[in-house]
Amino acid sequence: MKHSIGKWVLPAYSALALLILMIPIGYTFVYSFNDSLKSNIVWRSFTFDKWLNVCNVQNGAVCEAFGNSIFIAVVSTVAATTLGTMIAIAMVRYRFKFRSQLSLFLFLPMATPEVVLGAGLAAQFLSIGVPKDMTTIILAHTMFSISFVVVAVKARVATLDPALEEAGRDLYGSALQVFLRITFPLLLPGILAAALLSFALSFDDFIITNFNSGSVSTFPKYIWISAARGIPAEANVVASAVFILALVIVVTVQVSGAARAKRLAKMN
Amino acid sequence: MTTSTFAESGADLELVGIHKRFPGFTAIEELNLVVPAGSFFALLGPSGCGKTTTLRLVAGLEAPTAGRILLGGKDVTNQKSFQRPVNTVFQSYALFPHMTVLENVAFGLRRRKMADPVEKAHEVLRLVELDHLASRRPQQLSGGQQQRVALARAIVNRPAMLLLDEPLGALDLKLRRQMQLELKAIQEDVGLTFLHVTHDQEEAMTMADTIAVMNKGRIEQMGAPQELYELPRTSFVANFLGQSNLFTGPVLGTTSAGISVDVAGQKITVPVDRAHRTSGEITIGIRPEKLTLHSSKPTHDASVNVMGPGRVIDVSFSGVSTQYLVDVPGVGKLIVFAQNMTFGSEVREHDEVWLSWAVDHGFGLEDDPADTPRFSPDLDTRTLAAQHLLEEA
Amino acid sequence: MALAALSTSNAPTSTDTARKSSPVALLLLLPGILYLVLFFLTPLVSLLLTSFKTPTEFGDFGEFSYAFRWENYADVITTYWPHIIRSFGYALAATFFALIISYPLAYFIGVKARRWPLLQSLALVMVIAPFFISFLLRTLAWKQIFSDESFLVTSLKAMSVLAPDAHVTGTAFSVIFGLTYNFIPFMTLPLYTTLERLDVRYLEAGSDLYASPFHVFRKVTIPLSMPGIVAGTLLTFIPAAGDYINASREFLGGTGTQMIGNVIEANFLVLQNFPAGAALSILLMSVILVFVSFYVKKSGTEELL
Repeated sequence: MKHSIGKWVLPAYSALALLILMIPIGYTFVYSFNDSLKSNIVWRSFTFDKWLNVCNVQNGAVCEAFGNSIFIAVVSTVAATTLGTMIAIAMVRYRFKFRSQLSLFLFLPMATPEVVLGAGLAAQFLSIGVPKDMTTIILAHTMFSISFVVVAVKARVATLDPALEEAGRDLYGSALQVFLRITFPLLLPGILAAALLSFALSFDDFIITNFNSGSVSTFPKYIWISAARGIPAEANVVASAVFILALVIVVTVQVSGAARAKRLAKMN
Repeated sequence: MTTSTFAESGADLELVGIHKRFPGFTAIEELNLVVPAGSFFALLGPSGCGKTTTLRLVAGLEAPTAGRILLGGKDVTNQKSFQRPVNTVFQSYALFPHMTVLENVAFGLRRRKMADPVEKAHEVLRLVELDHLASRRPQQLSGGQQQRVALARAIVNRPAMLLLDEPLGALDLKLRRQMQLELKAIQEDVGLTFLHVTHDQEEAMTMADTIAVMNKGRIEQMGAPQELYELPRTSFVANFLGQSNLFTGPVLGTTSAGISVDVAGQKITVPVDRAHRTSGEITIGIRPEKLTLHSSKPTHDASVNVMGPGRVIDVSFSGVSTQYLVDVPGVGKLIVFAQNMTFGSEVREHDEVWLSWAVDHGFGLEDDPADTPRFSPDLDTRTLAAQHLLEEA
Repeated sequence: MALAALSTSNAPTSTDTARKSSPVALLLLLPGILYLVLFFLTPLVSLLLTSFKTPTEFGDFGEFSYAFRWENYADVITTYWPHIIRSFGYALAATFFALIISYPLAYFIGVKARRWPLLQSLALVMVIAPFFISFLLRTLAWKQIFSDESFLVTSLKAMSVLAPDAHVTGTAFSVIFGLTYNFIPFMTLPLYTTLERLDVRYLEAGSDLYASPFHVFRKVTIPLSMPGIVAGTLLTFIPAAGDYINASREFLGGTGTQMIGNVIEANFLVLQNFPAGAALSILLMSVILVFVSFYVKKSGTEELL
């Protein structure tokens, strides 16, 4: 029980902290409307131009980078989610030896600093003589996403009642049918969450990409390279658009989840 | 840091004009209570009646919207819970999982910077016969053992007042019965004041010196268990504490000995000193175990009430006693408990019977039958089942 | 979702007896494990081998051959020990600040705001929102906010809070600030997960047993939230130690703030001194592994994922 003034300290602090967290987002968003020339440091005037003509600058370099990032993210997400989901299901539902060693092995990529991961892959590709291009980036992204997918899906699998699958076996007989009709639909939210996480990790990755991309441009790489001479406002536009989209997705998921929970509560 | 202001024995608790309002509803309405030092006091009531809120107010975990709380004469209303000489045994035990049993018990002593916390902790653990488990973690103990540790953790501090929030709820029947006796023994041994909150009327009656029956934020009746049971004041108390057969009727006349009530044409007498209302329409009652069944109309006796004839519509054997449901036309369905003194029941279904009881056993309620009966949907399941049976048969 | 990945798993693990034994398990595990062996384990081995390489005799710039040149490590340490010390120093500082900034925030969201789940959701979204804007752009935003010509800095100089020729960017302060800012979500989420499950009845019991709010915090809340503290610390310290974006000159760093990451990057991508870069990476990895093994010993491997 707090003294009445003391009661407001924590909420006020939290509000302040959250506000400060938002500052760079707001800054990026605001400057996407800046009628800048080469560099976007000084505010000149407000314009919608950059939003309307995103791909014009530098012969479409921003859009090309963005497109590459999306492509890489999609491919690596599909790969990582598939591999990771399989591992997660195996870990929760099946018995096998070396379980704790596997846990440790899957934990290591998450615990390794990105420089080390990036350098390692670069060293490996160099030794084999593979040139760095789009493929090497995708391979790298898939690698570091797998562990995160396993964590996300594992959490979901563990909440599934095995009794449901047993009931399904009664009804359907074949294990494949049970998986397709019962297990998979129930796992879907977890798998989607894992996929979203994997996509976000890939899209925003810079360090590992930098070590393994050669001349291929990705969105974060483009920003890094432009940082020296001036990042065009169009990059802010792309980043802001991505942010808004991500926010909409997350909020929609939360709201629909809450609405579903409410409906279920009403039925009971 | 409070050190020397703690009582070595129990103290009086006084609640004066307590109100507690939460956003949207009032939990407690005008509560006045005195718990004498050294007594075992029970707050009894259905869930949602405000008893747990009252406990939390005394503990200092909530603040009253209005009113005062006095402990040993001292006003503690504005004191936070860590400043009050009160300890609680929580329903969930709330034993700190990251500490050993010994550390849990010594916690309060250390916070108060008392001397020899470890030695005192061991002493109390010996009292509850758990000293051999002192270095275990709470998670490694059984439910009953955890309950004893929670008790030890509270009483080691010799608080002026010990609060128990339905501490026996999670235990199975046999263990619960055992713990009831042990708690009572400890309370008398150590001489603390216990305030026990429960919805189990049997538990309250077994353990407490005084019971207060709460309903919807108010105390309906307070007194010794026997007094509450034999002379309930309201129909809520009559139905919550055990079961009752209640009848409504107009008062025909009053004599020095008793009042006569017309119950569907039958004249029933209730002693004047056991009736709260003596004129107009009143509700009177008789406990099922006080009724005797007769297969023929008993001879008239001024000290005995007779009701009948009625028909037996249900016979239920429950080990110690047999429960009969008798339908008396015009009156309703009566419950009768007959102690099983012989093998086999003397009376069978569809038999015609008469009921009698000593006039001295009847009671008259304070309720005005004209008011809508205080239907409390929160009755315990046993009473609800009995009522359901009454409606079904 | 991101919460699940960034926090210690709370999923109840079914006991081994509830699990089936079946060849299907192997089928499910093999592809992913093989992939990781190929693209995670082998690269690390590659890195180790590279760290021992020696410049090829009469070879081109950037050509190396396999050898056991232990001196690589000695060279790297003597040349770069300031960077090594600095990296761990910055990372520790950032972790410390992230902890003391995030804990009250996580406590508010996870404990105090329990009665308003909508507020909790909103606050959590705001905590992870920075992830939706590129890491580089948010670091850049701070650089510009702290740059010499910015509104903030010019005002501070006008108010004599800062010396007229002082810089905010390019200092240890700005690098640590950047690191702290970027990793606050990594610290907040595990803390939130643990605090969200904190049973307030323990706090009430503590208060009932004469512990003042400060004592309840020290003796009950902190010990019970330790798993979250450890997880958050690991999740912050490890990436912070290897970070080089914050410390780079284009962002918040300057000449005196270079960290291990910058040096590794330089050696790999610019100087083409792969053995040196590899040796530094292995050194960094080793220190991290020491921390991880501490953690594993404390919580066991079941908790890892």
